[in-house]
Amino acid sequence: MSKTEKTDLIHTSIWLEEPEADNPFSARAAYCNGYDVYGEVLQQATYLEYLFLLFRGERPSAPVLRSLEILAIAIANPGPRDPSVHAAMSASVGGSPAAAALMAALAAGAGVSGGSREVYQAMQLWEQCGCAFEAWQTALDAPSGGGKMQVWPEAEHPPGFAPYGRQCAQPVLQTLAALSANVGNGCTRWLADNRDRLEAVADHPLAMPGVIAAALTDVGFTPTAGEMLSLLLRLPGAAAHALEQGENGYRRFPFFSLEISNDPGPVQKKVAEAT
Amino acid sequence: MKEASLLAAFEGPLKTDMGGCFPGERAVFRGHDLHAEFSHADWMDLYVFGITGRRHSVAQLKVLHAIWVNTSYPDPRLWNNRVAALAGSARSTGTLAMSAALATSEAAIYGRQIDIGIADFLVRARGRAEAGWSVPDIVSDELRDRRSIGGYGRPVAKSAPDERNATIFALAEEYGCGNGVYLNLAKEIEAVLLAGRWRMRMNYAAAAAALALDMGLSPREYYLYLLPAFLAGMSPCFVDATSRPELATFPQRCASLVYEGVPRRSWTA
Repeated sequence: MSKTEKTDLIHTSIWLEEPEADNPFSARAAYCNGYDVYGEVLQQATYLEYLFLLFRGERPSAPVLRSLEILAIAIANPGPRDPSVHAAMSASVGGSPAAAALMAALAAGAGVSGGSREVYQAMQLWEQCGCAFEAWQTALDAPSGGGKMQVWPEAEHPPGFAPYGRQCAQPVLQTLAALSANVGNGCTRWLADNRDRLEAVADHPLAMPGVIAAALTDVGFTPTAGEMLSLLLRLPGAAAHALEQGENGYRRFPFFSLEISNDPGPVQKKVAEAT
Repeated sequence: MKEASLLAAFEGPLKTDMGGCFPGERAVFRGHDLHAEFSHADWMDLYVFGITGRRHSVAQLKVLHAIWVNTSYPDPRLWNNRVAALAGSARSTGTLAMSAALATSEAAIYGRQIDIGIADFLVRARGRAEAGWSVPDIVSDELRDRRSIGGYGRPVAKSAPDERNATIFALAEEYGCGNGVYLNLAKEIEAVLLAGRWRMRMNYAAAAAALALDMGLSPREYYLYLLPAFLAGMSPCFVDATSRPELATFPQRCASLVYEGVPRRSWTA
């Protein structure tokens, strides 16, 4: 007999379970947006088809699936210099749990400078401006900050653009080219066609979060869902590099050096000098 | 546009005045020898000094401690505490459980997002009051942007007085911290909100923010100070879950999922 109260139910349009006959806590079958996950989806679908189904409730079209594949590869590994991967490796070299390495990657990959919050903010700009250059001009010319304080720090550069440098980096151009070639019309194609003008207005070169934001908007994600997916997709590289550096050990991992401007020096030495 | 050469200027040794360790020898904490100067310090004293660079009086530290103590609720139904309990139920580690639960506390309807929002509002409100605005006008203007003010009203027990406030106000009074500019302003704002159609009482977030601002903490300093505020309530939830059989904390049967989606369909159809 169930002791579950009516208020303790989970309402979902994603997931349905059928219990085993002898165990109400064990699922005999699970359906994701109507599809039998273990009876059919895992035999028929690709991982990214299933991922899209989870997030959007429908199977992706062929161009959307191809965009997701390009995005998943582009986001998967920003490389070991990236703060999120560096954070994951820092957890791993000390022998922290695997979850700590991924939590570290999520924390350092969540921010408004190169992280998923920047993707979120850039997607908000796409929602606000669409493919209208004048709207982008107005949005990018608007002074940043001045709003109400949030837990997120104020952005120090326009969302979707690189904080440093003059030229758009080659991997960003290559990702943009691959994505825009895959879609007919949409944000990514418009971004490819108008990149120079937008960079001039922003006074910053386009960066990967800007391309990701355009592509996620094209495949129908909201900024909130795009933030979540871009966090999730960045974990493979963090995991792989964490595992590698865990094997290498901390002795072969940077420790850096400090210059402490106000170091009082050894106490015992000062006492000895005074006497 | 910032040139990449700016990053190049930051290569090499990391310049800092926050401190560092000299293994086998000593540690420096914001310009002080940690072991020589802080070995007997209250942890709160060190923690808030680490955030602000300023030391606080014994009375202020008592109030800062009490702000944490009086909001430590070992209730595993609360969403952040539930994360700790579920991690314990699934036999994860205590540190992972508590870290995730603290991250969860950075919530929009309670916890850190509310805390930084109300502290920011009180600072802006004080600026406006000093510029001649009336408190009703300050409140109306804030409510023009949004329907509520974080720190007033509660997602649970909306109209009841916050059970923590009387305790913390009495303690603040006892330690001479109960008559600050921000606390009085927070009370004036409550009076306006209660008299108007909003019927919202000051909750603990506004009370605690006002007390900390009156000690000179900035909203961002206050936010960092509050980070561990719920921690003492989380550990019991984790410990309790680990004392039950595995997966026996909030177990849910298949039938507890209420499916509201599309009917069954075939992938190959």
